[in-house]
Amino acid sequence: MRARVVVTLKSGVLDPQGKAIEGALASLGVEGVASVRQGKVFDIEIDAPDRETTERRLRAACEKLLANLIVENYAVEFV
Amino acid sequence: MRAAVILFPGSNRERDVARAIHRISGVAPSIVWHQESELPAGTDLVVLPGGFSYGDYLRCGAIAARAKIMAAVREHARRGGLTLGICNGFQILCEAGLLPGVLMRNSEMRFICRMQHLRVENVQTPFTRAYAPGQVLKFAIAHGEGNFEADDETIRRLEDEGRVAFRYCDAAGQAGAANPNGSTHDIAGIYGGDFNILGLMPHPENVIDPLVGGTDGRGLFESLAA
Repeated sequence: MRARVVVTLKSGVLDPQGKAIEGALASLGVEGVASVRQGKVFDIEIDAPDRETTERRLRAACEKLLANLIVENYAVEFV
Repeated sequence: MRAAVILFPGSNRERDVARAIHRISGVAPSIVWHQESELPAGTDLVVLPGGFSYGDYLRCGAIAARAKIMAAVREHARRGGLTLGICNGFQILCEAGLLPGVLMRNSEMRFICRMQHLRVENVQTPFTRAYAPGQVLKFAIAHGEGNFEADDETIRRLEDEGRVAFRYCDAAGQAGAANPNGSTHDIAGIYGGDFNILGLMPHPENVIDPLVGGTDGRGLFESLAA
């Protein structure tokens, strides 16, 4: 099964990288960009009997390693 | 004092801190590879050195915090054993949950490598008893992610319980005037556990010799060796 884990910074957490990208986009003339927040995407191939088990395992992976829950949120998507 | 310095792939300050401990305590530390499952018998002090463990992949310190040796480090800390994390070691202690909070990217986005003044905030701990209350120190800093952040309640608890170890300040000891990275309340280092765990971003091991920048770091190792 293929799944995608998306890890994003919680709102209110300062994201200097996002700010820098925002500035660069403005300097390239990309109009209308109000803000940029940078996150991470993990594409994961996983063997599991069903979708529910897959999701449970990936949520555990997020909580153990992929996300720092102090400052990050995560979401599991199936692709 | 028997010290063990943990070596992760990408650590690069292990020899400096081992040399500082050897010079000041008279006993050479063991260097312990991260895949070991036990610390040397009789270890009094565990040091997580600076560097870029695992190339800072995923998040600074995140992968090292899950290394095999960390179960033994956690047990050592839980028993009250002295545990010191410097720079990347501080990030590893936060990622391992041995210290609260997280070290985020510097607010000005730059990697900072220069000398920085710090104020000693609590001298009644095994790490700082050789210093004077409020003493201003000049340490080296070298980091891209040193911006300490935690929720309001955690910050309040750290402040109320005297768990802020060092604060960034100017040469006169004024906090709020010389924050290099955006760290909350100018925090440069914090205590965890029963004050047996210290994490700090600045490098005391850089400043133990007058030939290379000063001796303000000696007090930390003298405190530990006392």
